[in-house]
Amino acid sequence: MKSRALTPWLLVSPATLLFLGLVVLPLILTVILSFHVYDHSTGIKDGFTVAHYVRVLTDDYYLTIFWRTLRLAALTTLICVLIGAPEAYVLSRMGDPWRSIFLLVIIGPLLVSVVVRAFGWSMLLGSTGLLNQTLRALGLDPVRLLYTETAIVIALVHVMLPFMVIPVWTALQKLDPAVEAAAWSLGASRFTALRRVVLPQVSLGMLSGSLIVFGLSASAFAIPGLLGGRRLKMAATLVYDEYMSELNWPLGAAIAIIVLAANLVIMLGYNRLVETRARRALG
Amino acid sequence: MHKNGPVALIFHSLVVAFVLAPLVVVCLVAFTPENTLSIPTTSFSLRWFEAIFRHPDFVPSFYNSLWLATLAATISILLAVPAALAIDRYQFPGRDALNGLFLSPLIIPHLVLGVAFLRLFALIGATGSFTWLVLTHVIIVTPYVMRLVMASFTGMDRSAEQAAMTLGASHMTVFRRITAPMILPGITGGWLLAFINSFDELTMSIFVTSPQTVTLPVRMYMYATESIDPMMAAVSALMIALTAGAMLVIDRAFGLDKILVGEK
Repeated sequence: MKSRALTPWLLVSPATLLFLGLVVLPLILTVILSFHVYDHSTGIKDGFTVAHYVRVLTDDYYLTIFWRTLRLAALTTLICVLIGAPEAYVLSRMGDPWRSIFLLVIIGPLLVSVVVRAFGWSMLLGSTGLLNQTLRALGLDPVRLLYTETAIVIALVHVMLPFMVIPVWTALQKLDPAVEAAAWSLGASRFTALRRVVLPQVSLGMLSGSLIVFGLSASAFAIPGLLGGRRLKMAATLVYDEYMSELNWPLGAAIAIIVLAANLVIMLGYNRLVETRARRALG
Repeated sequence: MHKNGPVALIFHSLVVAFVLAPLVVVCLVAFTPENTLSIPTTSFSLRWFEAIFRHPDFVPSFYNSLWLATLAATISILLAVPAALAIDRYQFPGRDALNGLFLSPLIIPHLVLGVAFLRLFALIGATGSFTWLVLTHVIIVTPYVMRLVMASFTGMDRSAEQAAMTLGASHMTVFRRITAPMILPGITGGWLLAFINSFDELTMSIFVTSPQTVTLPVRMYMYATESIDPMMAAVSALMIALTAGAMLVIDRAFGLDKILVGEK
């Protein structure tokens, strides 16, 4: 009996040790670090200060970057909903083999390194890129896209789209197509059927997709790094610069902790929302 | 089956074009004979692919990433399978908390993990160590492995195990001869997903790699921020080709949608 009670502990202990040592401990150390004093000539010093948080949350330079991060992440999320949800719907109505082929085309790029995809967009959007070559060939004025917020959003939408298509697709799989057909035969227009029958079913998928997209966009690194240039920073590139160029680790740690806290608030808020909805659905 | 209307199909074609555009462009530019990023029109050349192999940094980084991903995925399986077994089969205090802990890297931005690892490594003097780099990747890929392995534990029919027990097989024999083969697809799928995620990881790795342990994505990122020439396109094209190959294998063996979208 005693050995049986021990078995699960033995089974989980290696993974638990690793996760305690390499997730919990480093995060605690980072929180502590963010309260350390930093001196430009001597580096990190012991001593407690909230100065980094105060600075990050009051200085215009940081606030501009936070605001940009939130704005671009929100915009990316919105566009992903507008493109991803209809696309998942179109996919779900395709017949085989097209359905599986295009599902692969849409979600397959998830597996391609984000550096490759960012680089692809920088070639498309650059001043001598394909887009501008086409514009010039058509006799139009070239546009400056690379190193603008537009470029960041375009590439973020490209990277995040699968994260929206997947949950909506999963929700649509659970929807019986006969229900939509029933709505039509009862006289509902296509639009009404879509709005009253399909949309409520997939709204949870859209919501969960939105949260993933928002969270990942707000902490995206490679896209703003390669398509925003040095000037247009977002939260992740800001942290990287604080660590690697400014060498102000405590300040960088403070920003990272703020990013983490914001992320956790959003995720927990989402869980709440899903639970209340599920409870309401169950009566 | 309701057919899609013309509007839906035009919309769909635009989305597909948008999704494929950067990948196609990268692959075309990789074959340019020019020194600038341009799409070859008259002649094709492999000179930029050759340039990769002459470049002193890309080949070591590639092998480094290959090793890293192989080790991280394998260690992750070795940790996740027993952990998933315990969480699926046993009731014990802290079970839900542990499950949450093992999945937590999914909701912690990689940026934050990178910063946290960097702090730990600076304190314990592990900066630049390949072994520690592997462990950080184990953390990042384990949630994916856990989810797939858990799904195969919950989804399996346990009557075969019970029959073997009744017939006198020991716990070890049952696991080796019955349970392991039944969860093998989950394990293989998890390993592949872990491998790909580790191989492509950039945001966390860029904080914890040192000049000796630079991974391929980090190398590519650094290279792309400094200079833009067609060699970057050639490396990217190779990555796309490798990924596409891996995708085809996964898709044939398990169905890519099952692994990426999750069990239904």
